[in-house]
Amino acid sequence: MRQALARRGFDGVTLLLLPAVLFVIALFIYPFFYGLDLSFHPKTGGVGLANYIRFFSDPFLYDTIGKTLMLAVPVTLLNVAFSVPVALRVRLMAKPRLLTTILVIPITLGTVLVAEGMLNYFGPRGWLNRALLEFGLSDAPLHLIHNYWGVFLSLVITGFPFTFLLTLSYVTGIDPALERAGAMLGARAWERFKLIILPLLLPGLAITFCLSFVQAFSVFPSAVLLGAPAGVTRVISVAAYTAAFEEYDYPMASAIAMIMASVQIGIVAALLGAQSLLYRGPAGGGKG
Amino acid sequence: MSLRNFQALRLDAMSRDFGSLNALKGISLTVGRGEFIALLGPSGCGKSTALNCLAGLMPLSSGSIWLDDKRIDTLGPEARGFGMVFQNYALFPHMSVRKNIGFGLRMQNRPKAEIETRVAEAMRLVRLTDQGDKLPGQLSGGQQQRVAIARAIVVEPPLVLMDEPLSNLDAKLRLEMRAEIRRIHASLGCATIYVTHDQDEALSLADRIVVLKDGQTRQIGTPAELYGRPAHPDVAEFMGYRNVLKTKVTLGEDVRVTLGAASLSATPVDVTQPGPAVMAIRPEDLSPRADGPIPAVVQTAEYRGRDFFGVATMQDGTELYFRAEHAVKPGETLHLGADPHRILVYAA
Amino acid sequence: MIRTQTPLGRLWVWAVWLLVGFFIVNLLGLIATVVVNSFSTRWFTTWLPVGFTTRWYLSAWEEFQLPDILMATFEVVGAVVLLSGLLGVPAAYAMARRDFPGKRFVMLLFLLPMLVPPITFGIPLATVLYQAGLAGEVWGVILANLVPTVPFVILVMIPFIQQIDPRVEQAARVFGAGTLRMFTNVLVPLLLPGILAALLLVLVRTIAMFELTFLTAGPTSQTLVVALYYAVFAAGVRAGQSVDAMAVIYMITTLAWLLLALRFVNPTQIVTRAKR
Repeated sequence: MRQALARRGFDGVTLLLLPAVLFVIALFIYPFFYGLDLSFHPKTGGVGLANYIRFFSDPFLYDTIGKTLMLAVPVTLLNVAFSVPVALRVRLMAKPRLLTTILVIPITLGTVLVAEGMLNYFGPRGWLNRALLEFGLSDAPLHLIHNYWGVFLSLVITGFPFTFLLTLSYVTGIDPALERAGAMLGARAWERFKLIILPLLLPGLAITFCLSFVQAFSVFPSAVLLGAPAGVTRVISVAAYTAAFEEYDYPMASAIAMIMASVQIGIVAALLGAQSLLYRGPAGGGKG
Repeated sequence: MSLRNFQALRLDAMSRDFGSLNALKGISLTVGRGEFIALLGPSGCGKSTALNCLAGLMPLSSGSIWLDDKRIDTLGPEARGFGMVFQNYALFPHMSVRKNIGFGLRMQNRPKAEIETRVAEAMRLVRLTDQGDKLPGQLSGGQQQRVAIARAIVVEPPLVLMDEPLSNLDAKLRLEMRAEIRRIHASLGCATIYVTHDQDEALSLADRIVVLKDGQTRQIGTPAELYGRPAHPDVAEFMGYRNVLKTKVTLGEDVRVTLGAASLSATPVDVTQPGPAVMAIRPEDLSPRADGPIPAVVQTAEYRGRDFFGVATMQDGTELYFRAEHAVKPGETLHLGADPHRILVYAA
Repeated sequence: MIRTQTPLGRLWVWAVWLLVGFFIVNLLGLIATVVVNSFSTRWFTTWLPVGFTTRWYLSAWEEFQLPDILMATFEVVGAVVLLSGLLGVPAAYAMARRDFPGKRFVMLLFLLPMLVPPITFGIPLATVLYQAGLAGEVWGVILANLVPTVPFVILVMIPFIQQIDPRVEQAARVFGAGTLRMFTNVLVPLLLPGILAALLLVLVRTIAMFELTFLTAGPTSQTLVVALYYAVFAAGVRAGQSVDAMAVIYMITTLAWLLLALRFVNPTQIVTRAKR
């Protein structure tokens, strides 16, 4: 019996997995199903879809999906679109370490500190507006905080480095000889990008987009601190938080969390589904 | 395709620095139409840098490149129209074999029908007729190599550059592809510059060989010239003269060199004065013989089928590589000697 | 590489670098304003404050009860680092060395907590912890923070362990080392650089982990980042300089560990887990 198991790969060493697996099941899988179950037991009693019906019939609640998408989709598109040309240049640098280190800083500091910095820096009397007025680039201070743009900018500041570093890791996986081969065959820079680099990068970009989108979609502290959490930036995580910790309606909060997860999974599944239609293989040249 | 009918490609003092490092120090060379040139040298000698500069993938630090009277070193790689075969083939992994081969023609906006016939022709030339719809990842190493060659030659470039194209193949396939490259070159006749560190490859393929060392040209010559009479001890060492030894030369009736107590008649390459010099002998030319003047004790010997190759040391500890027709044993004392015209002497 | 030679191409390269430069200038600017403000006496309508002082640090220290907060942060982060190492490294070893049916499923199990954003699974998790009576307690915060860090350690360590030749372990056994001896004398020294790198990354991530701590912390189990959130949220209650003084303390704590971590890992690894 023991030998038969060992032959299939189960032995003492495999047992080392057990604590970690049990941990993830207990604190990730179980809470998820617990929350799913809880969402069907509304606070008002009974069993059913009452929470979901309430969410989709109350504009104050269902609008949060649209508001979150209005932030997450453009920010993610922007971050991905900028990441690609920057990563293509950084790939050619001899020592990119300083740049990548600087870009890791906002990710490490996190959204809360970036929010506090932005309140100072982008505020009506902050350095940015002062510079704009000083150089005559603007007549009046720009309103960049406590509105949509505050949250947007914070998602760019913490999101762009994340998207960029992911993109960079995919870009550096493309064999530089392929681009040289294209050049030798007469392809100009744009043609090399369009015909060689982009098709090889797309699968990685799809994953980058998904991860960046999921992060942006779950925006929380900056929506509260830099946005208008009662208005344009009342994002879905704010709604979930309010339900749980201000109204103490855990079933409703769980329902919102489930809806949040479904939207994320839906968009990711759609993108990855589309990606499976593209070339998926090694991005190196020749035998890999 | 006006460049195709060129008479000569001329490199004029082509140089390339990396910071303070001079990777290429003034390479000058004229390549005739249809000529097959091998750039030969050990790794780090600058041969790949030279090829990349020629391709336009790396800018020159100084010097110029001319195609007849048209200066081309200022053009980008896409404007030169050269073909290139990369060491790792650099096939586009997301394109079929047919698309890979047709890429250069598509970049020239050729009509579809022309692309189709020319791709089919190139595939026939490299003997890959049935593989057109496969992706490169589905092909063997040798087949990928053929695709890379077809892709480079289908545009009928004035010059084909090959960067160690056989180094990723196993020994048997390497010999096979070497013959293929010779056949394709013979049937197309486009000028080729072929970078390699393998002297056998260079000797068997090239019309002329350029030996590079430390970014400088050591010798340019036909394979026979390089094999028989290398111009420099470095070249000699590279061409299989394993015994490169310090010596003293005397000029009299004949040129004589000393090795230990022995004095040998030799052939001067560039020696004009008596005094310290360097001599070079191939192991296969240094053998035990009845009148051999160099006594040496066998250290190791190995059987190579027809004869034995081994190492022997002279009294002063100098190691000599030799060939013997009969079995020799370690510890045995041999009397080694070589024909005077097989002993080359260079100024020190 | 290929030199860009057309004027349009050069322009494009310039535009790209200009964009990166603009981003970095703003990024450094917003960090600098926090630092400058924390040392300012008053700062309203000028480029720089009217005067400089260090007194906000003293007042922040008392107002925000920083000793307690730093203590709680230290407890949480220390426990998370230790436990994620203890749970993650053996699991990574098993994943790297054994093939068994369902391995892909287990891998997915470890990937999910890293891919799903914390706020999404944090709310159900907080609910469960409330039911278990752990919410608000330090232990609740530690457990919540472990959810993404245990998989993180596993995913960082798998490739690191895979690149160690299993024959080293076999050789140790041939020379008569028992399982424990092999582990302490052979494996741990070989794995130490990888463990160190993984745990340093866990440390940096846990100090900055806002969402999970925020959802599970009570008054006695707040970490620095959560305290900072409340201070910023209630801006106006206290002097802005005082808030910024705390922000600087938070920044120094995080960046010191980041710099230490960057001695052992590549910056891209903070995002991409490991080299492919």
